[in-house]
Amino acid sequence: MRHSTFFWFVLPSALAMFLFIALPIVSVFTQSLHVAHDQVVEEVETCAVFSCTTELRVNAEATAELYEEAPLGKFAGLDNYANRSHLAFDEVSVVWAQASGPGEFFNGIYNLPFYKALTFTLAYTFIVTPLVIIFGFMIAVAVNSLSALVKGPIIFVSLLPMMVTPLIGSLILFWMIDARGILGSTLQYLMGDPSLSLKASSTLTWIMLMVYGVWHSAPFAFVVFYAGLQTVPKDTLESAMIDGASRWQRIRYVVLPYLMPLTLFIALIQLMDNFRVFEPIVGFNAEAHATSLSWAIYNYMNADSKLLNSAATTSMLTIIGVAILLTPVLVRTWRDFNRR
Amino acid sequence: MLKQILAASVFTLASSVIAQAGCGLSGGDVRILGNEFPAIQAVSQGAMECADDNVTVSANLTKEHRDLQVAAMTANPAEYSVAVVANSSIVPLMNDGLIRPLNELVEKYGDKLKKNQLITIDGKIMAVAFMANAQHLFYRSDILEQAGLEVPTSYEEVIAAAKTIKDKGLMEYPLAGTFKSGWNLGEEFVNMYTGTGADMFKPGSAEVAINNENGIKALNMLKELTSYMNPDFLTYDSNAASAEWEAGNVALMNMWGSRAGPISDDEGSTPEIVAATAFTAAPTLGGGSTPATTLWWDGFTIAANISDEDAEASFRAMMNGVDPSILTDETKGHAVWLIDGFEPGPTAQGVFATANAGAKPYPMLPFGGLLHSAAGAELADFLQGKESAEQALTDIEAAYTTAAKEAGFIK
Repeated sequence: MRHSTFFWFVLPSALAMFLFIALPIVSVFTQSLHVAHDQVVEEVETCAVFSCTTELRVNAEATAELYEEAPLGKFAGLDNYANRSHLAFDEVSVVWAQASGPGEFFNGIYNLPFYKALTFTLAYTFIVTPLVIIFGFMIAVAVNSLSALVKGPIIFVSLLPMMVTPLIGSLILFWMIDARGILGSTLQYLMGDPSLSLKASSTLTWIMLMVYGVWHSAPFAFVVFYAGLQTVPKDTLESAMIDGASRWQRIRYVVLPYLMPLTLFIALIQLMDNFRVFEPIVGFNAEAHATSLSWAIYNYMNADSKLLNSAATTSMLTIIGVAILLTPVLVRTWRDFNRR
Repeated sequence: MLKQILAASVFTLASSVIAQAGCGLSGGDVRILGNEFPAIQAVSQGAMECADDNVTVSANLTKEHRDLQVAAMTANPAEYSVAVVANSSIVPLMNDGLIRPLNELVEKYGDKLKKNQLITIDGKIMAVAFMANAQHLFYRSDILEQAGLEVPTSYEEVIAAAKTIKDKGLMEYPLAGTFKSGWNLGEEFVNMYTGTGADMFKPGSAEVAINNENGIKALNMLKELTSYMNPDFLTYDSNAASAEWEAGNVALMNMWGSRAGPISDDEGSTPEIVAATAFTAAPTLGGGSTPATTLWWDGFTIAANISDEDAEASFRAMMNGVDPSILTDETKGHAVWLIDGFEPGPTAQGVFATANAGAKPYPMLPFGGLLHSAAGAELADFLQGKESAEQALTDIEAAYTTAAKEAGFIK
């Protein structure tokens, strides 16, 4: 392709990416470098239904003037990144100095909001992603060997978890795993423990969220693998059969290598998806036991605290996290590309 | 059940209805944003009556109103002309100067208002309150009778009563509360800390003052309460706790007064449970004299960024919404109305007893929400037994201070 043709060909999408991806990131980054102006507060008499008191109030006019001059707030450099809500350098060094062993160090770190969210986010990403790939592949292979008659309905049913809106799906499961819900009481019966509650223990909540994650995302992997299976060259499979390869050997030495690029693709998408896990935490009311980076961003933007600069900082750290996660996969894709 | 699932869903349940009638307005556009519960629905219904050929009235009543209001009212012209707020949610609007003083409008059209309905800050009327609310004690008279107990007046007695009820095998988890991690848990902390009589902030400053023996007292009581609660307590909001109550699983709970009506209606529970449900003041803590709870009000505010014509129409429509004529047999039970002519029924007893016992109002401090959020997030570990009360208080203090610095309240 000629360079000018290529240029005009990619111009629309490059422009869209610049407008809708690059610019917002620059904007978020700028906000993460600022904090609010010092509030102009004054003591005024306040009379409400029950009594009158003298309380502190923000002087909205004086504050508005400050923002007129500098709408972004006060420049704070990397303070937002270093403070306790994020990378917490000071607190980490205190924990480091005081901890007597790795366990205590980890507990101290886990007590800080950013690291707590990061721990769950990473655990979720690295446990759910491989399980989704494995289950998706198993379902695809199983469905592929079914007779044409039942294939359609089975595929439809297998796709259901992906069709349900994540928030609704997790809410439905949340009620089912309640101690008085169908799944919750079945588990109590199976375990012989009438006080077992999936919502009360952090470990069980983590497992529940991850099971939900696999349940929700496995259909995606299944669909991709199933499509891939339709294109596996029949001749290679047949020659393997003639050579006496068992079903397992055919999958291991023919199908799997053939589907490797697809696996990489699913891994890439799932790493990104799982790293921004959010809806199940809200749906399962799980924030007491598990928080994620995306949940933290949402939490900073709620009405009571509305810390937009913290939300921006966590967003930047999330983007950096995604970039680090994807690097190995991207490097590998790049190498494959160059080899060709 | 379906009702509860719907109510519990974090989805925006928006309703928008246009009514036909009119109440003498010459023109204008009234757009109401507010929380969603029966009392506010009744008020917005009253305001809707003002709609006619020249006046449009629409309402968006949703649980997510607090997350919408600042952005929606910062726009010029504002997306909503009326925001229905409470003590806490008026603060972000005032911080940003998004609502207008109502003195002139009250003078012209507010002859039916009582003085205590006017929320006055530095001489400026910023909101008109129409109902009061507070968390107070709900109790099951039949269970207390079976256990041979008096109605508890302090949290120490609540614990003793819970122990007796449990020991006698009447109930496994006799207590409930709104302990869901986040805003609800933060509210429990603010209530309990208020019960110690101490202030949460150093006087005249934004520096927090909870990391002391009062804080420890409050935290220990919260934890003791949870030991008599369903182990899922960190997922319980008002809806879930009310459902437990209606299912007959709970004998004592500190719950919002606005839930007394819905719990006493003929839906969702058995007549026996409803008949035995009674309300009284919130308990005190550690021999304190005032109840360990905070008083709340709900009222309406008028946006700053709208035309004077719309503001006047909005005010008059809302005056129609809080007119004494909206008090019917049905709506009387919805809330503790501050509207002239309201006579408290049985479901209003708890809030009245709490207010009469001298409970303090929830502070309308500009940085109050930051402490509320910090407590709501940091207390979960303590209540699960993962850290000490001292550590939890230190965490709350550190989280609050970090947030207050970012928000510009602490240098």
